[in-house]
Amino acid sequence: MRLKARLLNEQEVDRALRRIAHEIIERNKGAADLALVGVHTRGVPIAERLAALIAEFEGITPDVGKLDITLYRDDLTEIALQPVVKKTEVPFDVHGKRIVLCDDVLFTGRTARAALDALIDMGRPAVIQYAVLVDRGHRELPIRADYVGKNVPTSHHEVVKVKITPVDDVDAVELHELEA
Amino acid sequence: MATVQIEVPTSARERKRNLLDFADWTADEIGALFDTADVMAQVLTRTIKKVPALQGFTVGTLFFEDSTRTRLSFERAARAQSADVISFASGGSSLSKGESLKDTLRTIDQMQADLYVVRHACAGVPHQIARWTEASVVNAGDGRRSHPTQALLDAYTFRGRFPGFDGFAGKRLAIVGDVMHSRVARSNVELWRKLGGEVVLCGPPPLLPPDVAPGVARTHRLEEALEGAHAVMALRLQRERMASPLLPSATEYVARYQVTETALELAHPDALVMHPGPLNRDIEIASEVADGPRSVIEAQVAAGVPIRMAVLYTLLVGKR
Repeated sequence: MRLKARLLNEQEVDRALRRIAHEIIERNKGAADLALVGVHTRGVPIAERLAALIAEFEGITPDVGKLDITLYRDDLTEIALQPVVKKTEVPFDVHGKRIVLCDDVLFTGRTARAALDALIDMGRPAVIQYAVLVDRGHRELPIRADYVGKNVPTSHHEVVKVKITPVDDVDAVELHELEA
Repeated sequence: MATVQIEVPTSARERKRNLLDFADWTADEIGALFDTADVMAQVLTRTIKKVPALQGFTVGTLFFEDSTRTRLSFERAARAQSADVISFASGGSSLSKGESLKDTLRTIDQMQADLYVVRHACAGVPHQIARWTEASVVNAGDGRRSHPTQALLDAYTFRGRFPGFDGFAGKRLAIVGDVMHSRVARSNVELWRKLGGEVVLCGPPPLLPPDVAPGVARTHRLEEALEGAHAVMALRLQRERMASPLLPSATEYVARYQVTETALELAHPDALVMHPGPLNRDIEIASEVADGPRSVIEAQVAAGVPIRMAVLYTLLVGKR
């Protein structure tokens, strides 16, 4: 893989997250009953960062959960490699909550579809919204994000790489090209 | 989808598509299986105790020997992941009309199951079936040879319940009772040692002959076996064997080999007591021990479904 462009640096990632945090508060008219659920792996630190920002802006710390969607994937009968199943930790009752599902990249929409099923199996949230740091297009399902850090038109030969602390050592979004 | 994947070389994956015993499994792979079982246990605590992971897969349970608990546990494990289940029990089947095992299997194989769970009174039958079918095979007990999922749930229970668990290295498992007839004992010896632990076998000489589990520490004295043990497993003394010439009398067995509170004073202070069930209370294990604070017998039963869910998931997903 070859690095093609740096799309967001650390400061720009921070700005995008701050803007999303404000938008979440605005859309939900505050932070009451709000919960952020990150999809493993990089959705988790994004959810935690947004929760901290919302706490800073509103004085209310939203609940934070971690969701592993492996057992809800739609390609388990077809894949050749076995995905590692990680722990889902949603330490609050989702019933009646306003949940913001968080992930790093929105691509085909299949992860979001799986995450919706996983969440709904835990109860009946009042609302589920979707926040992503990057929307790179190429949807295969009728899914859209409510909050987007940056829209990036891409080709199928490209890979959007999100780096976010503490999973990675920096905050950055990069566009890579797959070698032919 | 943005999900981490384990790079398993094709050959290794093919070699491991069965769980017949632990010969083809590494300690790391078993550790990963335990981690998966943790996730499965969590799924079973939710309001909706079901995930779609194995949708589209079919699991066949082939029980040529009676079992209710193990079969139910596997079927629950399959259904909790949305797999379809087909069941075969040998009672009243064509086998009793003289059909050979191979012909029976050929017929069953037409149902196109992706995995068979096999129990048979003869050692080696699951291995033979694995050679005849494209499907994965899980051994659910073959003769006196092996019962790997029982050993997995025993070790998994120990890992989850031993205070401050930091690995199997240096941990000693004492297995007490009718070792000779026990596939549970043999599988536990194999697994516990593979994970780096030590095993000591204990029982009266007729039930612990020298040719059972060669190379494994053994004693005919209960006190010696329990001394410093981190886990004590009492095996079921089958009633039909109490009347056999192998044992002078049940009373004598109880006097010398019953796992009691007094005998356990020699064990590690945090030692856990296990039993594969069903219990013969006050024969191989004192009631006060079975119901006491060291007992993890209920946790063993509870571990059955998550462990079997993890086994089915691990064998089925990533096969193609």
